[in-house]
Amino acid sequence: MTAMRRYLPGVLVLGIPLAWIVLFMLLPFGIIGTYSFWLKKYPTFVPAFQFGNYVTLFTDPQYALVLLRTAKISVLVCLASLLLAYPFAYYLVYRCRSAGLRTWLYMAVIAPLWISYLLRAYVWKTILGTQGVLNSFLIWAGIIDTPSSIFLYNQFSMVVTLTYIFIPFMVMPIYTALEKIPANLIEASADLGMGPWRTFWNVTLPMSLPGVAAGFTLTFCLSFGDFVAPFLVGGPDGSLIANVITTQFGSALNWPLGSALSVVMLVVVLGVVSMGDRAERRGTAGGV
Amino acid sequence: MTPIIEIDHLSKHYSPTSIGVDDISLSVGDGEFVTLLGPSGCGKSTLLRMIGGFETPTRGSIRLAGHDVTHAPPYRRAINMVFQDYALFPHMSVGQNVGYGLKLMGCSQLEIRTRVYDALKLVGLYDKLKLFPHQLSGGQRQRIALARAVVRRPKVLLLDEPLSALDAKLREQMQIELKSLQEKVGITFIMVTHDQTEALVMSDMIVVMERGRIAQQGTPQQLYDHPASPYVANFIGTTTFLPGQVRQGDGTSARIALGGGELVANVDQAFVPGDVVTVGLRPEKMRLLAEGETAPNVLEGRISEVVYYGLGLRLGITLSDGARLWADQLLPDTLARSQVPSVGAPARLAVAAHNVFVFAGQVAP
Repeated sequence: MTAMRRYLPGVLVLGIPLAWIVLFMLLPFGIIGTYSFWLKKYPTFVPAFQFGNYVTLFTDPQYALVLLRTAKISVLVCLASLLLAYPFAYYLVYRCRSAGLRTWLYMAVIAPLWISYLLRAYVWKTILGTQGVLNSFLIWAGIIDTPSSIFLYNQFSMVVTLTYIFIPFMVMPIYTALEKIPANLIEASADLGMGPWRTFWNVTLPMSLPGVAAGFTLTFCLSFGDFVAPFLVGGPDGSLIANVITTQFGSALNWPLGSALSVVMLVVVLGVVSMGDRAERRGTAGGV
Repeated sequence: MTPIIEIDHLSKHYSPTSIGVDDISLSVGDGEFVTLLGPSGCGKSTLLRMIGGFETPTRGSIRLAGHDVTHAPPYRRAINMVFQDYALFPHMSVGQNVGYGLKLMGCSQLEIRTRVYDALKLVGLYDKLKLFPHQLSGGQRQRIALARAVVRRPKVLLLDEPLSALDAKLREQMQIELKSLQEKVGITFIMVTHDQTEALVMSDMIVVMERGRIAQQGTPQQLYDHPASPYVANFIGTTTFLPGQVRQGDGTSARIALGGGELVANVDQAFVPGDVVTVGLRPEKMRLLAEGETAPNVLEGRISEVVYYGLGLRLGITLSDGARLWADQLLPDTLARSQVPSVGAPARLAVAAHNVFVFAGQVAP
C-alpha cells in the first residue's frame, strides 16, 4: 500500500506517456520492421525472414528513382524555403523597427499552420491550374494567349506547394537563432573595422547556422514524408516515396515491400535528423 | 596637451522628454585616462557610445584628432571599445578574436600573427591562443577583450564598465593592471563607470555626470578636495551634509553657525551674513579631540554610534540640534582599542578650514 502510494505519482506522470510511446510508436515500428522481412505470396503475404524486399528496393531502378526524386524535391524545398525565410527572418530581427509590424509579419507566417493542411495544398491547384489565378492573370496581362499547363502537375508545382506549406518550419528556427545573437557582437564587429556585409558574413551568418540546420532538418523531413502535395499537384511523374508506400499498402497489396520502403525512409530521415543535430551542436559549441 | 577628442555641444535627445546627453562640451588630451563617472541613467554610457559611433547625436559634433567623426560609422573611426560583457565572438578562438580587427587593415599573415602575439603577451595570455571564449574565466575574457581592442592601435580606447562583471578582489587587481597597461601602450582611454573608487584609482581626469550634463570635471584630487556641488561631494567619497547659516563672510572665508558650534571655512564665493548654506564634512577629515585638547574649528556633540570596520572606527556624532555626522578614527595599534569611545560620551571634533565644503542654499543631495 505504501509502495503504491510512493510510486503512483511517478507511474502516472511517466507511465502514461511511456505507454503511449510504446503502444503507438515503438510497437507499430516493430510491426512494420517485422513485415519488411515477410514474403509476398499471392494474394496476400506470409511470415518469413528474408531480405528479398530490400534487395528489390535496391535493384529495381524504379524504387531508387523515386527515392532520388523525393530527396531532390526535399532538398529543393529546403533551398527555396531557406532563400525566402532567411532574408525574411533577418528583416524581422534587425531591420523591422516597429514591434507591432514584427508581430504581424511573424504571425502571417505562422497563421497558415492553423489552416487545414489539405486546404493549403489545394489552394495551389486553383492558383497554378489552367483555369487558375496565374493563367487568368497572364492572359489578362497579354503575356500569353491560351492558358498554359506548364505550372501544374509537375515537380515545379510540387516544390512551390511544399515550400509554401513548410516554410514556417524554416522561418521559426532561423528567427530564434538570429534573435539570440547578442547585439553587442554585431557592434563589436563594426568596432573592429568590419562593414555591415562583412559583419554579416563573419558574425551573423555563422552564429545563425544552428537555426539554419534546424530549419533544414525539419523542412527536409516533412517534405520527404509528404504524400498529399504530390497527389494533388504532382502529376504523372511526381510520385514521391510516400505515395509508393501508400500504393504498396493499398492497391498493390504488398505490405512487406511497403514496410521495407518505410524502413528505408525512416533510416534516411533519422540520418538527416542526427546530422542536423550534430550541425546544431557544433554551431553552439562555442556557447554564448 | 594636444586634444585627441573634442566634443562640442553634444546632445542626444531620444524625445523632448527623454534626454540621454544634454549639451556636453569636453576635451580629452592625447594619452589621458579619462573616466566618465555617474549613477546609472546619467548619460555616461550614451556619451561613450556616441564617441564610439554606436549612437547618432541629435546635436553637436565630435572631432577625433582634428577630424569630424560625428556621423562616421564605428568601422571608420580609429577608436576601439571594450564592451561591458566583453562581446567576444563565441565561434572564434582567442587568436581569431584578437586578429579579427586586423583582417581588413592590410596586414600580412605574418604581421597579424606577430601583432596578435604581442597583444596577448601584453595581457599575459599568450598560451590561451587556441582556446575558445567559453573555456576562459571572466578575468581572462576581460583581458582578451582588451587585447582585441588594443591590437588595432586605436587613437582612443573606450571601456564600458570594464570591471563591473569581476569579483571584488580581481577588480582591485585589474584597476592597477589596466592603469599600467594604459601607460605602457600610451593610448587615450575613456572609461565609463559608476564606481568612484575605480575612477579615483585609475583616472588622470574624472568627468562626473548628472542627468545628461557634466556636473564637474577635474583630476581625482580636485574632485575629492574641492567638489563643486553636493552631488559631486556625495558621489565621490563619503560626505555628511549639515544645514548652516553664515555669520560672517568675505570672498575667501566664511564663519558658519551649525548645530554644534561655529566653523570657519575656506570658500571661493562671497557669502553675506544670514545666507542659508549646506556644509559638507568628510568623516576622514574629522579629528576627535582628546580631553583638554584645544583646536580651532570645533563641533561638539555626543557619540551615538560606533561602527568597527577593521581599519578603524566610524563614529556617529549627534550634534546639539539633533543632526548627525560621521567621523573616522584610525586604530593604529591594539593599545588604541582600549580607548574606544563609548556611546553617550561627549565628543569634540576639529576640522581644518580647507576641509569644510560650503554649498549655497539648503540642499538635500
